[in-house]
Amino acid sequence: MATESMQLEALISREYQHGFSTTLETDSVPIGLSEGVIRLISAKKEEPEFMLEWRLQAYRHWLTMSEPEWSTVHHPAIDYQAISYYSAPKARRDGPSSLADVDPELLRTYEKLGVPLEEREILSGVAVDAVFDSISVATTFKEKLGELGIIFCSFSEAVREQPELLKHYLGSVVPYTDNYFASLNSAVFSDGSFCYIPPGVHCPMELSTYFRINAINTGQFERTLIIADRDSYVSYLEGCTAPMRDENQLHAAVVELIALDNAQIRYATVQNWYPGDKEGKGGIYNFVTKRGECRGDNSKISWTQVETGSAITWKYPSVILKGDNSQGEFHSVALTNHYQQADTGTKMIHLGKNTRSNIVAKGISAGHGHNAYRGLVKMAKSAVGARNYSQCDSLLLGDKCAAHTFPYIEVKHPSARVEHEATTSRIGQEQLFYCQSRGLSAEDAVSIIVNGFCKEVFQELPMEFAVEAQKLLGVSLEGSIG
Amino acid sequence: MNTPQASSASYYAAAYQRLSPLLPGGGLGWLTQARRAALARFARHGFPTQRDEDWKYTSLAAIAAARYDLWPAACVDPLAGVVSQRALAGAHLLVFVNGRLHPGLSRPGDLPPGVRLNSLAYCLEEQPASVDPLLLLGAAAAAFADLNLAFMADGAYLHLAADCHLAAPIQLLFIASQANLAIQQRNVLWAAAGSSACIIEQHVALGEGSYLTNALSNVVLEAGASIEHYLLQQESPAASHIATIDVRQQANSSYSSASFAFGAHLARTGITVALQGEAARCSLDGLYLTAGRQHVDHHTCIDHRQAGGTSRQLYKGVLSGASRAVFNGRVVVHPDAQRSDAEQSNRNLLLSDKAEIDTKPQLEIWADDVKCSHAATVAQLDEEQVFYLRSRGIEQAKARTMLSRAFAREMIDRVACSPLQEALDEALREKLRVMSC
Repeated sequence: MATESMQLEALISREYQHGFSTTLETDSVPIGLSEGVIRLISAKKEEPEFMLEWRLQAYRHWLTMSEPEWSTVHHPAIDYQAISYYSAPKARRDGPSSLADVDPELLRTYEKLGVPLEEREILSGVAVDAVFDSISVATTFKEKLGELGIIFCSFSEAVREQPELLKHYLGSVVPYTDNYFASLNSAVFSDGSFCYIPPGVHCPMELSTYFRINAINTGQFERTLIIADRDSYVSYLEGCTAPMRDENQLHAAVVELIALDNAQIRYATVQNWYPGDKEGKGGIYNFVTKRGECRGDNSKISWTQVETGSAITWKYPSVILKGDNSQGEFHSVALTNHYQQADTGTKMIHLGKNTRSNIVAKGISAGHGHNAYRGLVKMAKSAVGARNYSQCDSLLLGDKCAAHTFPYIEVKHPSARVEHEATTSRIGQEQLFYCQSRGLSAEDAVSIIVNGFCKEVFQELPMEFAVEAQKLLGVSLEGSIG
Repeated sequence: MNTPQASSASYYAAAYQRLSPLLPGGGLGWLTQARRAALARFARHGFPTQRDEDWKYTSLAAIAAARYDLWPAACVDPLAGVVSQRALAGAHLLVFVNGRLHPGLSRPGDLPPGVRLNSLAYCLEEQPASVDPLLLLGAAAAAFADLNLAFMADGAYLHLAADCHLAAPIQLLFIASQANLAIQQRNVLWAAAGSSACIIEQHVALGEGSYLTNALSNVVLEAGASIEHYLLQQESPAASHIATIDVRQQANSSYSSASFAFGAHLARTGITVALQGEAARCSLDGLYLTAGRQHVDHHTCIDHRQAGGTSRQLYKGVLSGASRAVFNGRVVVHPDAQRSDAEQSNRNLLLSDKAEIDTKPQLEIWADDVKCSHAATVAQLDEEQVFYLRSRGIEQAKARTMLSRAFAREMIDRVACSPLQEALDEALREKLRVMSC
């Protein structure tokens, strides 16, 4: 038993494997936040006037707001004046025009992370809009998507080349007044992805973006906007790893999804940012606003997330079910170990008739981790025949971790049906014993049980991510029983 | 400054100045001090608003704006009929009229040795040594608890000696007859080790006046004690009823409560249970039926502080008209409370398209060896079941009433005390009749 617990100890305390940082010349804006900085960011990105105006409105609104305090997460106060709000890999002459022009140092970083762009282009059929720090450096498969009329580009490019589309949709799901972090993002967002699927087009490949935080003290303020026009389909993957840092890095992203009539959007995330060391030092603060709107009838939006990283995760991917018969889904696995804190969940706002939503949230807490599910299911007066089913399960590994569930259910129409179930329990000792009696090691047994616990969510992930997610859980959890 | 908070604070402060010589226990220094401190806290914080998470769905604007009388006038209404109609066979009966014990109507009967059942005012005046300050001051500071402490004048005081078992139920009948009165009622239920009792707390009204009942119960169960606590709320349709129940349980004790909320315009019942000893058990049941523009709010909080505790909660609601119900159930399992077992369930039936339900079951778990679950459902009547009944020749309205009754009956079937069961069934029928109109 003693040797076993030592093994467990070693496994629990395993350090972050993706911790390395690349030395690059960065072109940063001076530290701090003011209207001048926002004008500078906007000018550097050669943005049209409307964009600057929008940023400034957001900034002025942000100044009137105060940081939210209602969540269960705790962290030292963030000094918003000590952050550099823009950093881009320094342009070589006029910037890279093809993969060959990209900084070789950058490409090596991707390779360490297992994102060999050249290979991916040929082998896996995934189009990658790679974001290194804040600027897009390489976009693949563009021609192929272009033939179908799909626009998939960096946000800055969209600002320049698709101003009409952008003006129409930007901020229509997450307005710049939405919340503290969304306002901040609206003021200073650096880059992100933009995607438009034209009517009737079934996007033939999984679209994917890799986010990465690299420069010291650079908050990342990504902004993603995905529009699926009538009868279209798109599946989007977002994956994250970040190099090791001692100082906390703020990340406040905004994702907006819009599905018109009969359109479907699947959005999957694997988030494995640096969670801090085992003493709880360092790690990313991840304050994200993600929201989709089923604007058209019969549309569908599904969120799938696997959250294993970050010191603090604060995000509630939501769906506004506006169109009749529209559907929203949320599948989540959130894991907290060491001193990680996760406050995550979803909001399903039912406005249209016969709208449906399904929530499956699995929380796993180990070490001193805190894991909270916080969700809202709202059936408006107009939501005739709406349905919701929610299931939130928490698994506890260790006696110093915590798991909370805070579901809010508001029903204003009698034909709406809402069901919510939640359970919290320790990993089954009988199951562990059974697995071990069959010759599995304690850590393999835990891994198998936890993967079984999360199976419903993993099934929703695209294949590439499912494999990565299982590996991630395995690494983060092996031997966390005590 | 003339904000509602400032003016209601000054109103209550002035009332206290006027009434303090009349309040019982004036000779007890600790009590007077605590009353003043509570009033000062109330002056600072005022009534909670909907910006407070605990009152997010329930507005107190009407209560905050009202200027209630804080001292009852002599009651001249004939009450014997009401009492004989409500008195349960074989029960030890205490009758309170407008918050004060009415000795003429009360029939405590023969109480076995070891049972002390008195009015709180009597205890504070005549047997102050028997009143434990910690017991009266223990409830968490909050606006209504503070007002209650500042102005409490009477209520029931029950003490069960160790290993004393009371076979017949105790019925506490609270009758409100005076409009615009704020009744600040305080009950103490104290069960020493190994004792047991069944207490029925019933609130009824004469007439349809608007008044406020602000009831606070301190319940203490020592090791191995057992209390069944039934709350039957049938206040007047214009009344506000705020009940706060603070329960502390020692090892192996068992507290079971069932709350039946049928009346009042605005009703809020907050139950806080602290499982302070190992292997303590508690079970909270609730049934609420709402019609018209009624607003019924249930807040429960079960604190598993020690190992091996068990808690069960089942709340069911049937909502009609433009009524609104709120359920907020919170279970906290502290780090030392290993092997805790908590279940919570809230089921709601919406009968009309103007009714609204806001439910929020919460789990906060800080220990790993636990088994906790919660569930919440909201639905309307099953159309297939209605169709089946209609195919048997039962008219629409009747079929709906039958199905609603079947849904609600479960809570009454769980009541162990049979005379109460009959009274509840009668109350349920009457309420469903009102709701189907």
